[in-house]
Amino acid sequence: MMRPLQPVGAGARILLGTAFFAAFLGLWAAVSYGGVVPALFLASPGRTLASGWALLAEYGFAFDIGVTVWRVVGGFLLAALVAVPLGLLMGAFKPVEAFFEPFLSFARYLPASAFIPLLILWAGVGEAQKLAVIVIGSVFQLVIMVAVIAGGTRRDLVEAAYTLGSRPLSILRRVVIPAAAPQVAEALRLVLGWAWTYVIVAELVGASSGIGHMIMDSQRLLDTGQMIFGIVTIGVIGLVTDLLFKAANRKLFPWAAL
Amino acid sequence: MSQEPLRIRGVTRSFPGQGRAGPTLALQPTDLTVAPGEFVAILGPSGCGKSTLLRIVAGLDRPTAGTVHLGPREVTGPGPDRGMVFQSYTLFPWLSVADNIRYGLVERGVKPAEQQEILARFLARTGLRGFENHWPRQLSGGMQQRTALARALANDPEILLLDEPFGALDHQTRELMQELLLEIWQADRKTVLFVTHDIDEAIFLANRVVVMSARPGRIKAEVKVDLPYPREWTVKTTPEFGALKARLMGEIREEVRRAAAS
Ligand SMILES: Nc1ncnc2c1ncn2[C@@H]1O[C@H](COP(=O)(O)OP(=O)(O)OP(=O)(O)O)[C@@H](O)[C@H]1O
Ligand SMILES: [Mg+2]
Repeated sequence: MMRPLQPVGAGARILLGTAFFAAFLGLWAAVSYGGVVPALFLASPGRTLASGWALLAEYGFAFDIGVTVWRVVGGFLLAALVAVPLGLLMGAFKPVEAFFEPFLSFARYLPASAFIPLLILWAGVGEAQKLAVIVIGSVFQLVIMVAVIAGGTRRDLVEAAYTLGSRPLSILRRVVIPAAAPQVAEALRLVLGWAWTYVIVAELVGASSGIGHMIMDSQRLLDTGQMIFGIVTIGVIGLVTDLLFKAANRKLFPWAAL
Repeated sequence: MSQEPLRIRGVTRSFPGQGRAGPTLALQPTDLTVAPGEFVAILGPSGCGKSTLLRIVAGLDRPTAGTVHLGPREVTGPGPDRGMVFQSYTLFPWLSVADNIRYGLVERGVKPAEQQEILARFLARTGLRGFENHWPRQLSGGMQQRTALARALANDPEILLLDEPFGALDHQTRELMQELLLEIWQADRKTVLFVTHDIDEAIFLANRVVVMSARPGRIKAEVKVDLPYPREWTVKTTPEFGALKARLMGEIREEVRRAAAS
């Protein structure tokens, strides 16, 4: 019997989560092996694995993965380096927020993908352009998320700190930042996912390496197996980083966990 | 810290209205002096401005008119000379019990050895030994408020401001906390301004009870509590206690009715 908000055991959680993957795989196998969808449009799981093996063994796909991961991490770190301090300052100090907020609200609606042609013009098709797409796509959103989190710091905790002798800067350092940290880490986890979307978009246009570039090449050869393998690779990397992020958060912020 | 008298002179507070609602007068001009080492309880119906008055003394809120002085200094903002315990739980959730208690000491740059010594003293006094490494969320409400009390006391403030610190606790825990607070106060006679709406609590702890009227609050009566210290819980059954209680109940009932009618 399911009851609202009742927690589920660790074993059952893993079992249920795996079950959906199994069902998904089963459906894919049924549709492709059963001939419902022609192989030209949808490669079977076996075919996809074989393509993947060929990619890794013969075409140096591991290098492409490495390049893409590097771009994601690089762009994400650059964005975080700017967004987290700025967001914290905005959340804590309202004049800073009043200064940046209107522009950021405008800037965050600028679609990062629409910048690609302009960025190619400015920065060429090198690494700088790839990083720029990711940074533009994530930094504005992240600043606003961090500012909202920091601005939501419990008032009574700030007041308690004042009555214990804290001054404004130490309120920021000893109350606002630690109080915001777990939620900021959650925001970073979310934004890392977006960075993956942006990097692939950037690699689909004007790139000579990376997972996105490989997917584009495979399309020219009509190799759906390789395309699907590329997409699944991104999914797997995303899943693994997500798990790592969650584990790190639990370790870093034991006081916040339940 | 040496202790100084607290002088509240003509303190008034009105909150600006929101939208179509007019401004709220929370506090009428209020005068109150608390002598060094005195334990004053402020008693009043809900919404009469008790928290507002205490927050003004703490420097967390500014009066619309009037002044607050602690000794020769005018209160213009919060400071460690006025320690506060809030009605809501305000321990820092990311700090252990020990680090919560040390918070103000770190702020003042007290030497680690001395911090440790002060910490040990207040852990013992508040019965928290063995819990120094717990997170606040692992503590019961009573333990959280004891930690908050230890955190405020560790800073050695000139005056302790307590805003219904036991208001959220069950009756039994509340009585234990009252005895604990009384023990601490009897030991070093720190000036205390204590807000409550519990008559028994006010009489049991204080040497003077100030009754506030329904909103807009003003001080309508002052009752001296001449029960000798050290007090034990048994004092609650004495006829003197009963007489004081009857008198304060009379004062309060009238105000609660007025508060409900308005
Ligand atoms: N920030 C605020 N803005 C507007 N009105 C306020 C504000 N703070 C308090 N008030 C009003 O001032 C009055 C007094 O509030 P206060 O919190 O001081 O009451 P209290 O005596 O502490 O009540 P309780 O016993 O319920 O805690 C209330 O009517 C409240 O609505
Ligand atoms: Mg109150």
